Amino acid sequence: MATKSSSWATKASWLLFKDLKSEFRTRYALNAIFMFGLTTLTVVSFSVGGISSNTHITSSLFWLVIFFSSMSGLAQVFVKEEESRTVNVLKLSASPGTVLAGKLLFNLVLLLILEVVIVPLFIIWMNLSILNIWLFLSVLLLGSLGMACATTITAAIISKSHVKGALFAVLSFPILLPLLIVGIDGTRKSLEGQDFSAGFADLRLLISYVVVMLVASILLFDFVWNE
Amino acid sequence: MLWKISLLIWMAMVIIAVFLLPPPQAQLGDVSRVFFFHVPMAWVAVLAFLLSLIYSLLYLRKKDLDYDAKARTASRLGLLFTILATISGSIFAKTSWGSFWNWDPRETSIFILLLIYGAYFALRSAVEMPDRKASLSAVYAILAFFTVPFLVFVIPRVYQSLHPNDSVINTRLQIQMSSSILIAFLASLVGFTWLFVWIFRLETKINRLLDELEE
Repeated sequence: MATKSSSWATKASWLLFKDLKSEFRTRYALNAIFMFGLTTLTVVSFSVGGISSNTHITSSLFWLVIFFSSMSGLAQVFVKEEESRTVNVLKLSASPGTVLAGKLLFNLVLLLILEVVIVPLFIIWMNLSILNIWLFLSVLLLGSLGMACATTITAAIISKSHVKGALFAVLSFPILLPLLIVGIDGTRKSLEGQDFSAGFADLRLLISYVVVMLVASILLFDFVWNE
Repeated sequence: MLWKISLLIWMAMVIIAVFLLPPPQAQLGDVSRVFFFHVPMAWVAVLAFLLSLIYSLLYLRKKDLDYDAKARTASRLGLLFTILATISGSIFAKTSWGSFWNWDPRETSIFILLLIYGAYFALRSAVEMPDRKASLSAVYAILAFFTVPFLVFVIPRVYQSLHPNDSVINTRLQIQMSSSILIAFLASLVGFTWLFVWIFRLETKINRLLDELEE
């Protein structure tokens, strides 16, 4: 049980567990994210599945599926708090940094659960042959981390507004665009079977994106949370 | 009054100078003169973005709604100049590269700037309480600014091999930037920046008067 003297890491992990528990109870975000991902993947596979030899196209479609699925589900983390009016209790029980850490980890876990299901399906339905699996996985992991970082702060921003759903995609897209561009490029390289060293530029950019977004979120979250 | 008249005279001179002073560029002819308008407008768009960042930071620090109004004004003007830069750039692209839009690095960056401004105003319209509106939009402006270095350095890195770059034309004009071209270009730059500052100050005054009226 988290007490006053618990470290922020313990508190953040308790926040993560609490969110995961309540999420598995109702499964709002999970359902949204899965159904959207599945639907998009089906449409993509239907239309382009047969002619999927072009790595440019398949890597773009891959990130498209992930991006739009996350747009439908990753805002839940703060919107749920606002709607069930537990925001104030959360404000009392944890510092802003802890809340950010917990929510970020929750978004990351959600995104990883989505990918565990969607990625194998994508590979099967699009007849993909991933020639450099390690590069593929590293790009995917770092990309998910970056996406979680950027979407958590944006989710916090829109949870305080009126329109919520549509606004989330509108706000996230310009911020996520560098990540998408680099992610698509890195995935394409891994599908083509280029060396790990060829993908270094992309990996470096992804890491720097994660760091920048993390620092920006930490600095700016206080202002959003204590509104 | 004097400020306004001299701005008018300056801009008139700039427009005349752009058409008369520099010789037509070797391959494109007179059409290349759009460069003298397009680049200053893009420059002002970025300047406006920078200004809205500064005012957003100031707002978060001092919580004075006046800074928020200034950030909003800067963003509005920035949006206007970004739209103008995009359209003029598109025309330039059609005549010199053959198609209106190519997702060239610079084109992508200006388009993303447009999206950021659009998102900024979408956010502002979705929040009603003034201080909450101010805080949230200030945070978003700062967050969006953090991604700009990526766009400036990332996109040229990734797409350099695929597309013709603005800098080819730029460096050619740069190397050839004889005094006549340089004068016209700098005059246009000064003129557009002056235009931006003038409209900005006007809008700030109007906002202040409107606020006083409401009290």
